[in-house]
Amino acid sequence: MLQSFKMAIKSILGNKMRSFLTMLGIIIGVASVIILVSIVNGYMSSVVDSFASMGVNQISVNVINLPSRSLDVNDTYEFYEENGDLFAQMTPVVTISTVVKHGNDSLDATNVGGYSEDYLAIKDYELETGRNIQYSDIVSRQKVCVVGYYVAHELFGSAENALDQTLKISGEAYKIVGVVERQDDEDLDEGGSDDFVWIPYSTATKLSRNGSIGSYIFTSKSVDDTDACKSALESFLYETFQNDDLYNVNANSEMLDSLNEQIAMMSGMLGGIAGISLLVAGVGVMNIMLVSVTERTREIGIRKALGAKRGVIMQQFVIEAAMTSSIGGVIGILLGSVATVVIGNAMGIDSPPTFGAILISFSVSVGIGLLFGYMPASRAAKLNPIDALRSE
Amino acid sequence: MGEALIELKDIYKIYQMGDEEVRANDGITLTIYKGEFVAIVGKSGSGKSTLMNIIGALDVPTDGSYYLGGEDVSDMSDDQLAAIRNRMIGFIFQQYNLLPKLNLLENVELPLLYAGVGREERQERAMKSLERVGLKEKWRNMPNQLSGGQQQRVSIARALAGDPSLILADEPTGALDSRTSREVLDFLKQLNQEGNTIVMITHDNSIAVEAKRVVRIYDGKINFDGEVEDYAAII
Repeated sequence: MLQSFKMAIKSILGNKMRSFLTMLGIIIGVASVIILVSIVNGYMSSVVDSFASMGVNQISVNVINLPSRSLDVNDTYEFYEENGDLFAQMTPVVTISTVVKHGNDSLDATNVGGYSEDYLAIKDYELETGRNIQYSDIVSRQKVCVVGYYVAHELFGSAENALDQTLKISGEAYKIVGVVERQDDEDLDEGGSDDFVWIPYSTATKLSRNGSIGSYIFTSKSVDDTDACKSALESFLYETFQNDDLYNVNANSEMLDSLNEQIAMMSGMLGGIAGISLLVAGVGVMNIMLVSVTERTREIGIRKALGAKRGVIMQQFVIEAAMTSSIGGVIGILLGSVATVVIGNAMGIDSPPTFGAILISFSVSVGIGLLFGYMPASRAAKLNPIDALRSE
Repeated sequence: MGEALIELKDIYKIYQMGDEEVRANDGITLTIYKGEFVAIVGKSGSGKSTLMNIIGALDVPTDGSYYLGGEDVSDMSDDQLAAIRNRMIGFIFQQYNLLPKLNLLENVELPLLYAGVGREERQERAMKSLERVGLKEKWRNMPNQLSGGQQQRVSIARALAGDPSLILADEPTGALDSRTSREVLDFLKQLNQEGNTIVMITHDNSIAVEAKRVVRIYDGKINFDGEVEDYAAII
């Protein structure tokens, strides 16, 4: 066995150019598998990260309140408090379509909604100035509001100027108690992410003249608890409505799951394409090994005449093929890893070469050596010593 | 006579060449005893090479039986033949057949390697073998650094390394000049005197007469088998 390794090394070194060309196929194949899979993974995980910042732990609930069966906001709060180990935050959501006015200025694309004091934290926003909506505002249905940076900027010139000013929403005056930090660094547009007015949900319910609240946003304490949260919510809602057509519960993490699935499919596909080049490389290995067997027919004959059994000859050639392709594999891994980091930096994404891609491409390259080395090796092993000795 | 080493009974080797049947060996019966020095002579095409392949366990006969050291070789598998060759036969070829990428010691070690002898014992025995042919000092050399005669001595050393029952020499002097041929023949004679059984295949009568017994093959059959003195008388 050891002897076979020595002989393989000798033979590889004895034909440097040819060995290198054989390895080149493997090197390119392995490197492209690693580069493609790692870059796709890096790119996709940056997509996932930006998606995750939109709140993967959010669970939204929508219900249809009927005169006979409806979800009371106090019952919902009771449920929320009973399940304090699962949920981190909760807010009712009351959206109002209306126009926001200040003096002669009016904003008609502004998102106006009623929320609880948790909403700021759920959105993961910070205040630029002033204070958040408070529990007391909700209890006493205060006409106060927290506005987005666009609203403050557009109507009052700055966040500082907007504080303690009043806005007219559906004809009623609301005092601005807080301004949220600017969210969109590039554009400050009408209807954009900085164009909103938040009021206490209790006030909003009155304003909407609907009287009942149809939407809620919950957040789970941990993304792993999402399923438990979802089923707790569903059983709570079923108790109230006795009909699962009247409500639905959606977890953002489910969207993340499906995104992840797509990523896996994508990288699998690209890996597969790169894998084809590995296969081609394998055929190259087989080709060279066949040439090598033909060239060394006489040597094989001598060895067989001196008593080498089939297995020994076989082993010699298989080891040589496996060694050639695994050396190629290692070089490919090094090259692919370096290229991945360089390309990743150039694209501005963090894409470490994935361990999985390295492991798979290395074992595939060794496997290719064994597989494609087998055929030439068995041909060598079966050579008739007389014919082999006679060859020049 | 002593114990029989080679017992060939009614050996046929038949090749199919298109529609024609070629009987390379056509009913050969031959017994060679331990300690003999036999020359097998014949013109090219006489079937002597086929016979040598069968004696050397490189090939199996189409029909007939062959006992080598009491073992039936006539229908062994490839691997069994390899084992028999390794254990029983030391080959000396016309073209030396040394492996060009191995040094002399490694070349001589080969039969021992395939016999599964451990590294230290292998090197020791190979070195002793090289010493016998007077090339111990050159063990590190590569075959192409030696003259033809020296290479043939290495191949003799390789044949001796495994301590085989039979030394089978195929035209051992075919590629050598007359002076080195003489050396090689003297060496073979010496080996025979030390008790080794030697079978030498040659087309050259002047080489054949160096043996003690001559077997002549003609058209796949034995047409002379006797003492070298009797053979010398008829040529």
